[in-house]
Amino acid sequence: MAQATTGGRQATAAPLSPYAIELKGISKSFGPVRANRDINIAVPRGTIHGIIGENGAGKSTLMSILYGFYRADAGTILINGHETAIPDSQSAIRAGIGMVFQHFKLVQNFTVLENVILGAEDGALLNTSLARARKVLGELSREYDLDVDPDALVEDLSVGHQQRVEILKALYRQADILILDEPTGVLTPEEADHLFRILQGLKDQGKTVILITHKLREIMAVTDNVSVMRRGTMVGTVKTSQTSPEALAELMVGRKVLLEVEKKPAAPGRLVLDVRDLRVKDDAGVERLKGISLSIRAGEILGIAGVAGNGQSELLEALGGIADATGHVVMNGVELPLAGRRNNGQTRRAAGISHVPEDRQSLGLIMDFTAWENIGFGYHNAPEYQRNALLMNNAALRADTERKMATFDVRPPIPTLAAKSFSGGNQQKIVVAREIERNPDLLLVGQPTRGVDIGAIEFIHKQILGLRDAGKAILLVSVELDEIMGLADRILVMFDGRIMGERDPEKTNERELGLLMAGITETKGA
Amino acid sequence: MTKLPRWADVVLVPLICLIIAFAFSAILIAAIGQSPAHAIWIMIDGSLGSTYGLGYTLYFATNFIFTGLAVSIAFQASLFNIGGEGQATLGGLGTALACLLIPWPHWSLALMASILASAAFGAAWALLPAWLQARRGSHIVITTMMFNFIAYALMNYVLVNILRPQGSMDPATARFPVTVNLPKLGDILGVVGIPFSSKNPANISFLIAIALAFAVWVLLWHTRLGYALRAFGKQEKAAIYAGIDPVRITIYALLLSGGISGLMAINAVQGAAHRLVLNSVEGAGFIGIAVALMGRNHPFGIVLASLLFGFLYQGGTQLALGTTIPREVITVLQALVILFTGALPYMVQRPLEALFARLARKEAA
Amino acid sequence: MTLMKRLLGATAVLALGTVAAVADPAIIYDLGGKNDKSFNEAAFNGAERWAKETGGTYKELEMQNEAQREQALRQLAEAGANPIVMTGFAFGDTLNAVAPDYPDTKFAIIDMVVDQPNVKSVVFTEDQGSYLVGLMAGMASKTGTVGFVGGMDIPLIRRFGCGYAQGVLAANPNAKVVLNMTGTDPSAWNNPVKGAEIAKSQQAQGADVIYAAAGGTGVGVLQAAADMGILSIGVDSNQNYLHPGQVLTSMMKRVDNAVYEAFKEGTDLKAGINVMDLAAGGVDYALDENNAPLVTPEMKAAVEEAKAKIISGEIKVHDYMSDNTCPAATF
Repeated sequence: MAQATTGGRQATAAPLSPYAIELKGISKSFGPVRANRDINIAVPRGTIHGIIGENGAGKSTLMSILYGFYRADAGTILINGHETAIPDSQSAIRAGIGMVFQHFKLVQNFTVLENVILGAEDGALLNTSLARARKVLGELSREYDLDVDPDALVEDLSVGHQQRVEILKALYRQADILILDEPTGVLTPEEADHLFRILQGLKDQGKTVILITHKLREIMAVTDNVSVMRRGTMVGTVKTSQTSPEALAELMVGRKVLLEVEKKPAAPGRLVLDVRDLRVKDDAGVERLKGISLSIRAGEILGIAGVAGNGQSELLEALGGIADATGHVVMNGVELPLAGRRNNGQTRRAAGISHVPEDRQSLGLIMDFTAWENIGFGYHNAPEYQRNALLMNNAALRADTERKMATFDVRPPIPTLAAKSFSGGNQQKIVVAREIERNPDLLLVGQPTRGVDIGAIEFIHKQILGLRDAGKAILLVSVELDEIMGLADRILVMFDGRIMGERDPEKTNERELGLLMAGITETKGA
Repeated sequence: MTKLPRWADVVLVPLICLIIAFAFSAILIAAIGQSPAHAIWIMIDGSLGSTYGLGYTLYFATNFIFTGLAVSIAFQASLFNIGGEGQATLGGLGTALACLLIPWPHWSLALMASILASAAFGAAWALLPAWLQARRGSHIVITTMMFNFIAYALMNYVLVNILRPQGSMDPATARFPVTVNLPKLGDILGVVGIPFSSKNPANISFLIAIALAFAVWVLLWHTRLGYALRAFGKQEKAAIYAGIDPVRITIYALLLSGGISGLMAINAVQGAAHRLVLNSVEGAGFIGIAVALMGRNHPFGIVLASLLFGFLYQGGTQLALGTTIPREVITVLQALVILFTGALPYMVQRPLEALFARLARKEAA
Repeated sequence: MTLMKRLLGATAVLALGTVAAVADPAIIYDLGGKNDKSFNEAAFNGAERWAKETGGTYKELEMQNEAQREQALRQLAEAGANPIVMTGFAFGDTLNAVAPDYPDTKFAIIDMVVDQPNVKSVVFTEDQGSYLVGLMAGMASKTGTVGFVGGMDIPLIRRFGCGYAQGVLAANPNAKVVLNMTGTDPSAWNNPVKGAEIAKSQQAQGADVIYAAAGGTGVGVLQAAADMGILSIGVDSNQNYLHPGQVLTSMMKRVDNAVYEAFKEGTDLKAGINVMDLAAGGVDYALDENNAPLVTPEMKAAVEEAKAKIISGEIKVHDYMSDNTCPAATF
């Protein structure tokens, strides 16, 4: 066990232990998957404690045990030095633990105030609860810089504000220990910075914060100590001030990680995809794609940058045969159908287009299907997966899956496991393996590393570059500027369904791209 | 989240549900002043205690296998076909026409013809709702339900005005020629030396139903169509990403469902009644929904669930014959079993999971 | 193999064991159930009358589904029940198949002809009885419009309606007869709510006397008619008592007599067709203290005259089922 330090706060009420939380020997298995193995961790009171690890390392399982969603197979939990059983989330709340989930648990058409007291109403009359809550909420908001209008409807709030409501909910229930699960996944950089200021404030008031994340930058920025998990085990706890992102990444992955991919210069060849005046309307008849023209050559990566919701999804769907469109798309010299029955994913695949969709859980995978069934998804008509005219060759598909799982290091490498049982990163690896291994002439990739851990990000980036170097054309859509800057050979910026401009990644910077993404065309030299 | 061992999930949970159902039934029977033990014994003995009773059990089960498979195949595509009743009714019409219009020299030829005819009629009855769902977005639950009523009316018209023999007041067709009668299960088993009563309506259709269950399993898990159908049923959006045509899959799934519903007629109409009566389906189309739910939409589970329902039907008849328990109470008993085994397994699952978890912990300690 | 032999042996034991081995008579009610206040209940009353008079016991059964018919017949026959009486034409086909297997057992079927040496077929001339009540309806109607609510649309019920229409027109050649069927499936026998709706709609079309030949559905028709203050006519059993002073009469079909007679004949049941017509008292109109104020002397005279003429053959009531047509009404 690594040494942990006590926080700077003076203990007044003579607590037995300097630790807010101690977990001893926690183990938890789901069937064959050992999610947590003999985990020991001690979180000093009044600190921000980071828990970092790749997706699937067991972070969320551990926190779910702490919050009473799962029961550990073995081990004990000590809260403020007292051994505490947490069979359900009510017990967790009583023990002073509050949890802010990655996906908020708010009632969208309730006000902030109503959401805060939901489940914690006292008395038969709602009015008294609301009045009391309003007062408490006001105090909390001031105290922790959690500025939210108590009478606003949650559905009208931005994601960042919704998160504050979640934090307020926990504080209203008198939480002393606040767990945040991947809190910045949905936030803009600015909102994330605000969140960190709030966490700092909580810490200053003596609260204990556990921050679960896979983003090294956040760990370095706000935590006092950090525990690293890998494949269900706790590999170490260190003081943040005494470590570096590289060292943490190595601990997480178990080997040295390149945080920036090495890239050879591109050697663009023949024209693969030519798009002219592509337009897409949504179900309400509103034009979402307003005349896009672009072209991609063999051996280059065209990056599409932009704030989410500016037509990137529609571009991918139109090119992938999912949505109807107008205009012209010429692939390898052949014009593709953009509407009607011939406009579908099967004809696109036949034309040599593979597609890693933006949303792997709703598009890229059938979550209830096994891994091997998902490896055949979209390619279930491929001749190599057929036994004869009538029957599919499931054995061949399974063998192919085993091979692909090995090549792409999908963990656990169990072809019969349902897609939903894999972590996000491994789900994405299944999708990427399926699409890249078809060796397409054109690869459409949307948000390839969203919700994917460092090790997998590095791997997926390498695969995409490998495909480029093999002389294939790639259209990369991402809201992560780092990713676009690191991978793309040319960058197009989209805003409001239009292309704002093209930039060379070597000759531009985040600021310039950011302005384009906001729809502002800067005059040269301004 | 703790999962039960598979054997417990598949065997123990239904068994406990069944025991609870019987316990409630016993209370009910005792409350009306009858002996629960005697009643339950009559149900079990009358439906399983002899090959005669078993034959009836299997006959009812055969109907439910057909309709259960039909419901489940649509369920797999996330389509709730509650028109099994109407589709099976039309299947009966197809069978009757096949058996009456052509003088078949041998039952095997007649069987092939009636299989084709009943499946075609049943599928045709599902086609319009399927098309409306796929192209116009009219909800399948509404349209198939409405088509049940249209089927009743159509059957009434056809039987009363066209197929009813002159002078007969029963709205039913004439008896089919003896040559088209299907071999009884007892006769078939007799050939291989297994003594089995022939004085019941169980016939070769039972074997066809079993074979069909296997075929459905192959279709769903070993063919491209089955793959596409299941993918569509799980995540429609993702299926479109994969290039699966939602219109075509919707229509195929419902044609298959309707066709299988229609096949029920070879058992009920050609195999047992030897003529087409007005209400030849008798609710089996709706029972199919319960069977599919209880069988977890898996052909194997559906066969088991069908056997349970067959037992309930035959046991209920024996109760009526052997006791003075009123018909209404018998219906309640049947409903109790359906309620506990079909709708409330989760009630049993949770405590059982806790028990297993505790046992596992004790073992580990 | 021994297990199989035991199973086979059990077949015989079961057949005898499930139903107590008795030579008692048995009655099987059709799907409507014995408490339908109409057809099946009439049969039940006949059986009860026999039991009270003779002190004997009988076995009774209510059908739940089609497949039970054959099973019930066979098991009762094998258990020694004799005679076995069943109500409803729906048993016809099954009985035709089963009766030859049990030559020593006597069967009686109501509303259907089954040509077997050990079967007594009891049929009623509902057309004649309906003619009589139709005549009364035609005379009682002030609006010149009367209604008919049938149960399930089958030839048997059309026979009721056709006889009724002929009677109405005999009383008033200009009368209008509104005919409606409750439905096309067996639920039409037991849908009083729909029966009431149809009665209301017929009243809206001017009908002020409504004849219900619809089993349990008729209860709703009679209730609605009483609520609206118009007259109704019951069927099968004497239903005058349901709404005293508001039910004009009932077309009585003496199913109870048929069952009573069959039970009384016992094992000596005479096979063959037994037509229970007006002359034999199989059908009639009901007159009791409940409807006495409604039946005028002229009405009584007219209906008695018609009755005599039908019996003598002077009036021929057209039977719908003889050629599936009706001169007096279109369905």
